[in-house]
Amino acid sequence: MSAGPDTPVRAGDVEPSELSTQPAPVRSWRGGPVAFARNSWRRLTSMRTALVLLFLLALASVPGSLLPQRPLNPAKVDAYIADHPGWSRILDKAGFFDVFATPWFAATYLLLFVSLIGCVVPRLRQHAAAMLSAPPVVPRRLERLSSSASFPAAGAPAEVAADAVRRLRGWKTVTRTEDDGVVTVAAERGYLRETGNLIFHAALLVLLVGVAAGKLWGYQGTVLLTETQPGICNAVPLYDSFRPGKLVNGSGLAPFCIDSLDKFTADYDPNGTPSQFRADITYSEGENGAPQKDTLRVNHPLRLEGIRVYLVGHGFAPIFTVTRPDGTVLKDISAPFLPVVPSTLLSEGAVKLLDGVTPQLALYGTFAPFAGVDANGNMTSLSPQPGNPGVAVVVYQGDLGVDSGAPQSVYSIDQRQVASGALKEVASAQLTRGKSVKLADGTQITFEGSREWATIQVNHDPGQTVVLGAAVAIVLGLLLSLAVRRRRLFLRIRPEDSPDRESVDNSEPVDGGAQAGSDARSVVAVGGLARTDAGSFETEFARVVERLRDSPPVRKD
Amino acid sequence: MPVNAGLATLSDHMFTWSIILYSVALIAYCGEYAFGRRGKVAATSPERELVGAGGPSVIKVGSMSGAKAGGSDRSRRAPQAQRFGRLAVAATVAGLAVQLTSLALRGAATHRWPWGNMYEFASVVGAAAVIAYLVVLVRLPQVRYLGMFLLFPVVVLLFLAGTVLYAPAEPLVPALRSYWIAIHVTTISIGTGIFMVSFVATLLYLVRRRWELAVEAGRTPTRFPVTLGSRLPGTDILDRMAYRTVAFGFPIYTFGIIAGAIWAEAAWGRYWGWDPKETWAFITWVVYAAYLHARATAGWRGTAAARVNMVAFATMIFNFFVINMVVSGLHSYAGLT
Ligand code: HEM
Repeated sequence: MSAGPDTPVRAGDVEPSELSTQPAPVRSWRGGPVAFARNSWRRLTSMRTALVLLFLLALASVPGSLLPQRPLNPAKVDAYIADHPGWSRILDKAGFFDVFATPWFAATYLLLFVSLIGCVVPRLRQHAAAMLSAPPVVPRRLERLSSSASFPAAGAPAEVAADAVRRLRGWKTVTRTEDDGVVTVAAERGYLRETGNLIFHAALLVLLVGVAAGKLWGYQGTVLLTETQPGICNAVPLYDSFRPGKLVNGSGLAPFCIDSLDKFTADYDPNGTPSQFRADITYSEGENGAPQKDTLRVNHPLRLEGIRVYLVGHGFAPIFTVTRPDGTVLKDISAPFLPVVPSTLLSEGAVKLLDGVTPQLALYGTFAPFAGVDANGNMTSLSPQPGNPGVAVVVYQGDLGVDSGAPQSVYSIDQRQVASGALKEVASAQLTRGKSVKLADGTQITFEGSREWATIQVNHDPGQTVVLGAAVAIVLGLLLSLAVRRRRLFLRIRPEDSPDRESVDNSEPVDGGAQAGSDARSVVAVGGLARTDAGSFETEFARVVERLRDSPPVRKD
Repeated sequence: MPVNAGLATLSDHMFTWSIILYSVALIAYCGEYAFGRRGKVAATSPERELVGAGGPSVIKVGSMSGAKAGGSDRSRRAPQAQRFGRLAVAATVAGLAVQLTSLALRGAATHRWPWGNMYEFASVVGAAAVIAYLVVLVRLPQVRYLGMFLLFPVVVLLFLAGTVLYAPAEPLVPALRSYWIAIHVTTISIGTGIFMVSFVATLLYLVRRRWELAVEAGRTPTRFPVTLGSRLPGTDILDRMAYRTVAFGFPIYTFGIIAGAIWAEAAWGRYWGWDPKETWAFITWVVYAAYLHARATAGWRGTAAARVNMVAFATMIFNFFVINMVVSGLHSYAGLT
């Protein structure tokens, strides 16, 4: 769309410059590295580059959602690499399995943000200048603006102008007198659009700072706690998994302890859907803080100074009693099993008895909170609710291989020990509560039932509050910058007897008020335009004109 | 509390009825379109219209934006078209009322906010799109017959919702039992519905644009869908409709994502974790932001910006269908098995 010399200026033809992040053109310097740097800078901070970078950012995120990602699911990544041995290694080298931590992803958003700074700073200056300076000079031919009107008024131009300024509340106005006795009023409003736009862009920068702070100094520790077993304190080695921020060295974490998981409860609706999970914990805050109680629930973490504690998972730990051939009774032999079927909490795991027994003893198998039998006669779980706990275990005796020093999963046994013959399968059994199995050497193993465990996550993110504040500013800035329109209004008021340069609608009857007393008469021409997206400017213009011509500005009785 | 099966069944029936009513509306819009005569006028000559009060007359292909233009256009329409148009709007409003009742009944049956799975979410999005269209209609009555182009995707979406995506009325998993569902999902679905209207306007913009180019070059377009262009409003009105809807929907969608992040902080322990759904919400957000920027960049305005709008909408649809149904993440509440 281009407005030729004779087409009227319509709102749509006006550059929607308010959204533009392009700074005003800079004077070019001659030759040399300075010019080169200047040109590169100008190019980087141009709107076009920003657009391209936005697209690149979107594009760069795509693999992060379609390929498995290490931070979300390392096991899936390993499986994927195993399935696609050739090119997945190249992908891996290029960081495609942890896209959001790669240098190329960072480069994209950092460039975008540099470009953003490059245009926000000059625009900040321009905007400040615009707010301080007067609205522009009134054009000669107002009828060529997108909206225009004209009407007679009583009073000399200067009086009419003064009155109009009074009526234009909320508008920034400037009154100018021209040589031929014509008085003009230029008015502008809607500066909040640019203000909002700048707030939005600045808030994006603040958001990035907040996110970065979290990535550098935040951490996340996860631990599995079983009911009645001792808890842990906030120290790296005590967690089952610990994800430190880049600048977290692991010492000096906020002093805090979960003394114990007192009780875990899962509530269910009549149809079996879980309705709420609750973990009653005892914790203490600070050095030697007094123990306090709290209930962690889904959507309701425990929020402490600088730390948030979440309930993130739960499951069962079967309990056994082992009676040795010599009559010694080992009570409360138990270990957490991991759910393999989320809907019924059929779980898998291993119980290992290492100390005080030779040969060592291990139970490996599945646990069902509500045991039933499937078509093949194997144990399954019918429900996640612990109504009829059961286990199906294979019993091993021999050397579990834990002394070799190689790390071993606590949820399974080392199959190499079985393959080498050091660990032998000696029995297998499906047991319900109170039932036992007797081994050839006289050892008796009794299944006593189960208790619950819960995984608890302790998170620290020092940037979070900043991010929230920035997010609120982003929305507010957006609202202002998309809802407010920058608009201008021009009044050209000439004495009635002056030569009729304007095309005045003379059929208009002169206001009654105009005849009331004042001798001087004026003709007011009004023109207006919305600088961005006209929207309902027509309506507003009509209303303003109505207000301006409403009653005679000057009355001399 | 147990699900009230009677209310749930009633809700399902109402849902079916809303699709039927929308289909009736769709047919009526087609009738309005078919009987509308403005197409012929436009096809034979570029419109001559008076633009702006007191301004000189200009010849401008496809400018139909002034209030006067809309008025003269309407009076030019055949009475049958008027009748079809009014029937269409009545059926649309009735369909919307029935659909909202269906949602309310599902909420009553399950004692929760009725947008916890893909079926319900799709229904809310459809309703939001229809509401957004009706709001546009109040402001730009001359685009009424465009309802046909909007109701077509709405009916397809609702049909898919009622078949492929359907999930019986059930209570929600604990993570979804939070007042944040009312804030997050409501705003996201309103934003999505508004973007859908913008998408339709953009699609029509591209069609009309090609038609205008052909007419300016002195050719008579013969190929579908360019031929549709003769009966569409001018590119400026379609472009403005596309822009205003995005300008309205974008802050809402942004707020929806932020509400999701706040909820995620309480539910999953972090406000952002690049879960696939989050990643695609981010992509959609970035591409709509690019659209807003493109519209303000020389050389990008017009067709290029329109293409960006299409891409943005495509990423949102991808997020809804592919990410929900194919890729698994934390955000998997689709209710599909
Ligand atoms: C940063 C965090 C989040 C983002 C960016 C986000 C984004 C989105 C988006 C884009 C949708 C649109 C639906 C679609 O395309 O499928 C959506 C829907 C939904 N979100 Fe979120 N969300 C977030 C957090 C959450 C959280 C924490 C929950 C609940 C625990 C949640 C529950 C839902 C539900 C129930 C729906 C509608 C049903 C569905 O489509 O499956 N969201 N969210």
